[in-house]
Amino acid sequence: MMQNLPWLFLVLPLVAAAVDWLILARRPWAAASVSIISVITTLMLCIAYLCGMQTGTPSNYVWFPVQDFDLSLGLLMDALSMKMMLVVTGIGALVHIFSLGYMKGDPSNHSRYFAGLSIFMFSMSCIVLANSLILTFIGWEMVGFSSYLLIGHWYHKDSAADAAKKAFITNRVGDFGFLIGILLTLGLFGTLHYADMAGHMKVAEGSPVLTAAILCLFCGAVGKSAQFPLHVWLPDAMEGPTPVSALIHAATMVAAGVYMLVRLQVSMGLVAFTETACCVIASVGAITALLSALMATQQDDIKRVLAYSTLSQLGYMMMAVGLLAGQAAMFHLYTHAWFKALLFLAAGAIIVCCHHEQDIWKMGGLRKKMPVTVLCFLAGTCALIAVPGFSGFFSKESILEAALERNNVPLFVLGVVVAALTTFYMVRLCLIAFCGHARTHEAEQAQEAAPTMLVPLLILAVLAIISGYGFVADQLVPYGGFHAADTEWGVTLFAGLGALIVGGGLAWLLYGKPGTLAGKTDPLGANPVSRALRQRLYIDAFYDHVLVGGVQRWFTCLVSCLDDGIIRRLIGQGLALLTAWVGRLLGRIQGGSLRGYTLLTSLGVLVLMLILILLF
Amino acid sequence: MTPLSHYLIFSALLFSVGLGGAIIRRNVLVVLMCLELMLTGANVSLVAFSRAQGLEGVPVYDAQVLALFVMAIAAAEVAVGLALIVAMFRARRGVESTSLTSLKD
Repeated sequence: MMQNLPWLFLVLPLVAAAVDWLILARRPWAAASVSIISVITTLMLCIAYLCGMQTGTPSNYVWFPVQDFDLSLGLLMDALSMKMMLVVTGIGALVHIFSLGYMKGDPSNHSRYFAGLSIFMFSMSCIVLANSLILTFIGWEMVGFSSYLLIGHWYHKDSAADAAKKAFITNRVGDFGFLIGILLTLGLFGTLHYADMAGHMKVAEGSPVLTAAILCLFCGAVGKSAQFPLHVWLPDAMEGPTPVSALIHAATMVAAGVYMLVRLQVSMGLVAFTETACCVIASVGAITALLSALMATQQDDIKRVLAYSTLSQLGYMMMAVGLLAGQAAMFHLYTHAWFKALLFLAAGAIIVCCHHEQDIWKMGGLRKKMPVTVLCFLAGTCALIAVPGFSGFFSKESILEAALERNNVPLFVLGVVVAALTTFYMVRLCLIAFCGHARTHEAEQAQEAAPTMLVPLLILAVLAIISGYGFVADQLVPYGGFHAADTEWGVTLFAGLGALIVGGGLAWLLYGKPGTLAGKTDPLGANPVSRALRQRLYIDAFYDHVLVGGVQRWFTCLVSCLDDGIIRRLIGQGLALLTAWVGRLLGRIQGGSLRGYTLLTSLGVLVLMLILILLF
Repeated sequence: MTPLSHYLIFSALLFSVGLGGAIIRRNVLVVLMCLELMLTGANVSLVAFSRAQGLEGVPVYDAQVLALFVMAIAAAEVAVGLALIVAMFRARRGVESTSLTSLKD
């Protein structure tokens, strides 16, 4: 009995979601408390396990057996999954509490919102604790679904409904590759259980299919972790409520791709990740990091800046995965989760206090109005731009270090450039939103956020600062046997510091002048480079015109030809015509004359008799 | 002893006359009588077979019992048929089968 305790990680949020949705649909605060109790219980459970509680191996549930292959679902309880669970439930709990303050006064249905959060907690736990690719895939699809629900929470807004659809469909593209990858893995290894993969590695090693399988699985990660070229959904996902962005689209779900790849590296062994696969993964990560950092420099919406920065940090993590540095990837995932959740929640508090204004050019002077929130935001910023002493510094160092160790100079240089860009856009954001004077009436009236919002912020701010230090990281980074390396006075440190100074200095020069700060638009907004960046480098436009407008239109044509020509004309109308014709022909027999019927009947009997005589 | 084939030819003739009548005649009363003829034709062949199957002049009685059943049912059928014809005559002032087309229309 006790050994099945871990199943509570899945059962509790699912029950909470069901209760919220079905029973408490009209009792928003009761629904909120059910969700919060469920997430805090799972957090406690998680802490208990990390403190050394032992309950034995949870039993597997055999879904259905197929000949000699059992499709079974089970939980994997190791350092990687349990520490990842801590990140998920920890941020989940803080976001749930923050949501109380954020959603107060919002007219939409809170039960639906909290049910969505609980479904998300369930699905994310599925991914994290899965012991086989099957359960991972189930959770994978479920997080996509809950993300759809929550992005579209304000479904009466067209933009939110569109963004939800876009996120879901874009993810489907990646998921298709993921599914193929799972099937290839099954074909190669004969098992989908992480624990058995290493044992079957001998069979799979050296096969070109292995590279294909890894790359297909990587496709799933490209979709879920919003890597180039499927990154387009993440910035649009910012249409959802801000706590959702913090939990799903910054800290946990989008990191699932990285987590899944690291899980594979741990279970298959690094041998499985062939040179080609690694090269593709690292390049995709690097491209994503660079492009999105560039796009972030010209965003005016506070949440979009953070969204692009999330993309760019996810690119870093992918790069680390591609460099076979799972440790560094998970380290960055873990520090990023805390400080990005902090940044988003602080941004959420700012947005609420500015009466749902998200444009940074309409804020200004907020440091005097809401000092605590702004300080928290600054702590997150420092962590993100890797100021020495903050958590992001250590994890970013470790990724750059990994690039240098593999002698991959291009990736190292790219990483440093992205770090400089990160500093640039974050300093720009802080200068415009917090310094100078209020540009609008709303910003003028902004007040400090409510305690339900401040408490999670303060907790996260502390974590954003300390989580990178060895004494915390060694315990909590989701990677078995992780040890934070000491900072050395080497190339990486100087490159990182240089990036910080160059990026920050450039932002200060461009935006720090009192004249610029008093303006209401970006002074760089007019030049063509900036316009291209604002248009997201025309990637979205390209998809809209070529894929949606072009390919899809052709496809629609083809489908409508099939539908109209074959199904409607040939099958629908053709069959009807045939039946009517046969009917008319046979109808002639029914002349209405009794004698005719008698004749026909007797002829029929004669014919039958003839047939019988001839046959026998 | 008359050979079986004679009886069978007679039975076939009787049946054909009945069938021809049922097809050709318009008067429903006559059609009913023709039906009786057909049944009788069938009965003749039944009895003929029963005799032919028997040994040393003792027939097999099963078929003859069947013939009795056929007669009984034919009698019942005639009763019903005549009642229908009477009803038809009352309703239409005639017993012509050609006038029975209302189901088709």
